[in-house]
Amino acid sequence: MSLMHASSPHAHGPTATSRVMAWVLAATLPGIAVLCWHYGWGVLFNLAFACMAGVTLEALLLTLRDRPVSFFLKDNSALVTCVLLAVSLPPLAPWWLVLTGVIAAIVVAKQLYGGLGQNPFNPAMVAYALLLISFPVEMSRWSAPDGFVLGFSDSLAQFFGLISTPDALTGATPLDTFRNKGELSTAEFWANPTLLPAANLLAWQQIAIAWGLGGLVLLAKRLITWHIPVAVLGSLAVMSGIFYVIDGSQHASPVFHLLCGAAIFGAFFIATDPVTAATSNKGKLYYGVGIGVLIYLIRTFGAYPDAIAFAVLLMNFSVPFIDYYTQPRSYGHKKARRGIKLEDKA
Amino acid sequence: MSDISLGKISRDGLWNNNPALVQLLGLCPLLAVTASIVNALGLGLATLLVLVGSNTAVSLIRNLVPTEVRLPAFVMIIASFVTCAELLMKAYTFELYQILGIFIPLIVTNCAILGRADAFAAKNPVLPAATDGLMMGLGFMAVLVLLGAMRELFGQGTLFAGMELLLGPMAADWQLTVFPDYSFLFLVLPPGAFFCMGLIIATKKAIDERLDQRRKAAAAETPKVSRRVRVTGTIS
Repeated sequence: MSLMHASSPHAHGPTATSRVMAWVLAATLPGIAVLCWHYGWGVLFNLAFACMAGVTLEALLLTLRDRPVSFFLKDNSALVTCVLLAVSLPPLAPWWLVLTGVIAAIVVAKQLYGGLGQNPFNPAMVAYALLLISFPVEMSRWSAPDGFVLGFSDSLAQFFGLISTPDALTGATPLDTFRNKGELSTAEFWANPTLLPAANLLAWQQIAIAWGLGGLVLLAKRLITWHIPVAVLGSLAVMSGIFYVIDGSQHASPVFHLLCGAAIFGAFFIATDPVTAATSNKGKLYYGVGIGVLIYLIRTFGAYPDAIAFAVLLMNFSVPFIDYYTQPRSYGHKKARRGIKLEDKA
Repeated sequence: MSDISLGKISRDGLWNNNPALVQLLGLCPLLAVTASIVNALGLGLATLLVLVGSNTAVSLIRNLVPTEVRLPAFVMIIASFVTCAELLMKAYTFELYQILGIFIPLIVTNCAILGRADAFAAKNPVLPAATDGLMMGLGFMAVLVLLGAMRELFGQGTLFAGMELLLGPMAADWQLTVFPDYSFLFLVLPPGAFFCMGLIIATKKAIDERLDQRRKAAAAETPKVSRRVRVTGTIS
């Protein structure tokens, strides 16, 4: 047996970006599978079209910026952005909606800011927020998962706008339905199954759990740390718990908030983007808590039923500030003094 | 300072030192009202009028006002001109006045106007000061109209919609519908203005860089004439 003789220092082989991104892509598979099962071919068309357009645009922009094209394309980051955007879009989205989103994500939010590692805002969420503000009708075209699902050729025709979307096919998401319950109390809302069909609720819960499984893979592979997901979901649960205890007749339970929207997907896949999230572990906790609290506030008091994109973007703004105040002490040095230094004047 | 040429003042106002693209002043009205060409042109004309008037007046009284109180005095002058512009718009283009709303009185707070009064008009005679006001105003208005055109075209798919609000009945059929049944709300809303503004500034920088390179290339191409020192002859 021959032992390798290597003298110290033993450097740790850092994981290449392309491998990290490939694992993130792999971790989205359970979520994508459950989405397809409930919503049919539209999800796959969104994914395929977004990835094709994203990679093409990334290559084009890299050429324009005189950067090595194949080197940057191989890091898979454009694919991850496009997949995360595509699974956020409603399954009945038309092709131009996907294309506009990909342009906003890859061209504006990523490459115009300087490419991977330089973008202060999560590209997929920039695109999602832009689309939600610009095209509210198309962005709410979620089909009802318990109902009739379009076949392959009909889905394709719908995607390219050859046939119009039948209104009977669309249905509101659970968060949207609960938001628009009007004068009903929570008990009356749940007592009336026509408002929110059980199959719709179940589908969203299954999707959320599938995203959670993917997130656990990321945790197990140590591609993300526990801080951000735990902080996001924990603060969302605490916020909704407080309001549920104070006035349970008007506010939804923490379980509803955690499982019936994009909270789990956002906590594991969106908020943990290493480029746009806070850096230190303590900073990640502050960042995650901020996202969780904002999600609850916007969902409950804001104008939109779900709020992952806005919450993440708002906390992306605060990341430089959080990083400044949570910089860890380096060994052998005093902790950096932050804020107003009064004694300097003396 | 007073021997500055009118040509240079014009170039500065329109391009090199454009108040919107280079000084980045007056961004609040610039971003808020440029959803269409007619809004942009209306606010641009009002700002132009105020800028020429205030620069001229400030230049006229520049030797009478003590330095310590010059800023309040300038603001008073600017406010009077803004009131004039506001009343004129109320009288002749009332619908447009209602659309632009608070942004007409807010011209008083446009830093571009006070900036030009203090930085230029207070130190120069009337003619250069008025020219500076005119050119800065035109530069500002050009950016407003360009931004308005971009946002109207890509936000609503039209150009020159509603021009009759500003120009009267003769402009009633000027509207060009470039993309029918089209709407991109993002560009109509304020974030779209930031986005278009960024693109315009980037384009200006790119043009400047291109011109600079061409100038350098031209300078490098011209053969250097070898200069011989004249050693003969008489020095008068």
